[in-house]
Amino acid sequence: MTRDGSMPLRARVATSVSKTAAALSRAAGRGDGSVIGGWIGLKIDPHLLTHLAAGRHVALVSGTNGKTTTTRLTAAAMGVLGEVATNSLGANMPTGHTSALAKAGRTPYAVLEVDEHYLDQVITATEPRVVALLNLSRDQLDRAKEVAMMASLWRDALRDRATHVVANADDPMVVWAARAATRVTWVASGQRWHDDSWVCPECGSHIDRPDGAGQVDGAWHCTRCDLRRPIPQWSVDGDAVIDPTGARHPVALQLPGRVNRANAATALAVAAEFGARVADAVPRLAAVTSIAGRYATVRRDGRTIRLLLAKNPAGWLEAFDMAEPAPTLLSINARDPDGLDTSWLYDVDFSPLRGRRVLITGDRAMDLAVRLEVNDVPFEHVTSFSRAVAAVPPGRLEVIANYTAFQDIRAELDRVN
Amino acid sequence: MSTDSAVRIVWVYPDLLSTYGDRGNLLILAHRARRRGLRVDGIEVRSDQRLPEGGDIYLLGGGEDGPQALAAQRLNADRGLHRAVARGAAVLAVCAGYQLVGTSFFAKGAKCGGLELLDLDSDRGPTRAVGELAGTPDPALGLPAITGFENHGGRTHVGPGVRPLARVTTGVGNDGATEGVWQGRVLGTYMHGPALARNPALADLLLRWATGSDIAPLDDTWPSRLRSERLAAVR
Repeated sequence: MTRDGSMPLRARVATSVSKTAAALSRAAGRGDGSVIGGWIGLKIDPHLLTHLAAGRHVALVSGTNGKTTTTRLTAAAMGVLGEVATNSLGANMPTGHTSALAKAGRTPYAVLEVDEHYLDQVITATEPRVVALLNLSRDQLDRAKEVAMMASLWRDALRDRATHVVANADDPMVVWAARAATRVTWVASGQRWHDDSWVCPECGSHIDRPDGAGQVDGAWHCTRCDLRRPIPQWSVDGDAVIDPTGARHPVALQLPGRVNRANAATALAVAAEFGARVADAVPRLAAVTSIAGRYATVRRDGRTIRLLLAKNPAGWLEAFDMAEPAPTLLSINARDPDGLDTSWLYDVDFSPLRGRRVLITGDRAMDLAVRLEVNDVPFEHVTSFSRAVAAVPPGRLEVIANYTAFQDIRAELDRVN
Repeated sequence: MSTDSAVRIVWVYPDLLSTYGDRGNLLILAHRARRRGLRVDGIEVRSDQRLPEGGDIYLLGGGEDGPQALAAQRLNADRGLHRAVARGAAVLAVCAGYQLVGTSFFAKGAKCGGLELLDLDSDRGPTRAVGELAGTPDPALGLPAITGFENHGGRTHVGPGVRPLARVTTGVGNDGATEGVWQGRVLGTYMHGPALARNPALADLLLRWATGSDIAPLDDTWPSRLRSERLAAVR
């Protein structure tokens, strides 16, 4: 492997073909090219990702929830140091990483979102200086690896690596995986969804949360072994991020919710590890708006429609925290990218929606109807997004949808970004 | 139970046996009991606690291999569930919990002893069964078609002393031919997670067993629409 940026001939050919394929794919209207280019490039040179990463300072971002947003925030923060390559379209497997780096050309830095299943492989290929770990919870139920198994894979991926880990101190599964690494910076990123981390991954005993099930960033500890919440170096206090020196940095994000202020804290912690001054990086975070439609606000027919993506139970709890008390449309599908099973609906407590007007739609609206009835949340069923818009008075409409339902609505709004 | 006391629903070991919406069965039973004016006492019992023996309905959910084996050990040591079943309590056992009620099951490649509540045993199938599951129930139960989602690697062999819950029309269930089991007031099924969401008649059967009396019908507009949709999707 070369570290001086001059790649072997096969890698240069692969890079060139990869970029051409991506451009052709875009020109043909077949997609954004972020997967096909990488796929072809890797066919020509299986080590292309390694060659493309060589000579760059790389940060990886992984977790079940918030990785696209955190990757965007981290790339923005690291922009103060120099040019950053990133897979900002959420193509988060090695084909997407390869495309992103090939397209970006030579950059001193790269920030890559990584699907949690691929973390080990991408660490090996890119030798990142920093890996940020956000959270682990149940996701895409009928096929994803179980949470404990995923934590174990992460732990093995991080053991005995020189990589610096920036990890969420509030998620016991993440802490257990991250403490296998030699150097860790802990961020109090919070955890609203606890139902995948009541059992200690180290010894199988109960994990105690003295503040109860409602806590977000309080203490926790295993009732038998030494696994407990580490003391975080970074934390969130209201609208401010607190750095390891105790300095407060007010962050004026355009993204809603406590969870995004926590994602900002992670982004700043990663950037600081590369030598960025926090005070310089903070203003750049305010420039990050919606990402592929997530958090986008759209005006239509006198309604101000805000789009919130919620792909799994943890994401739904965060969405309820973000949604303003206005009429709210929930849309659920169960197509392949969503997972075919809707059982997760019973892992989500929808009671925070009581007292507001709730509309439901989507392929699996009937599953949602039964769930809401059991949850004592009154609702109205509408057969399409446009009927929901017509059904509410001018003013705000909050939309919370799972993956393909979100994409359907985004398509109706002309692929809003 | 007497008419003035609450229906006691015991969720067994949610710390070990809870994946993918298993809480749903507790929520649905409680909801349907309350709509009939019955009081409900929902009791979640962790694996480091003693299992109360005075419950009316016991719920066992799904789980990964390790927790499933641990749950079998603890329940066999506790004996509370055995005494409750002997007393006539109702049981709904789902997925890993279903395998548990038999004589043996496989977890992490090893054969494990079950609770021996029912005459059945489980081993590993050639493929993982993932998808819609539907079937025609045992006529003795007086239930309409069952519909659910299954996600399991096991196959279950039902002994001569017990009866399958249903004949499979879509999916795999026990072995591609039959699905689930019932004997006395114990029900087992591979319909995972919130199995009762699509099968309100099954929920009411458990409530009838628990209360020992007939219960009033409910407005089931939404569960009926959900059932029709899912049964039509596999037809």
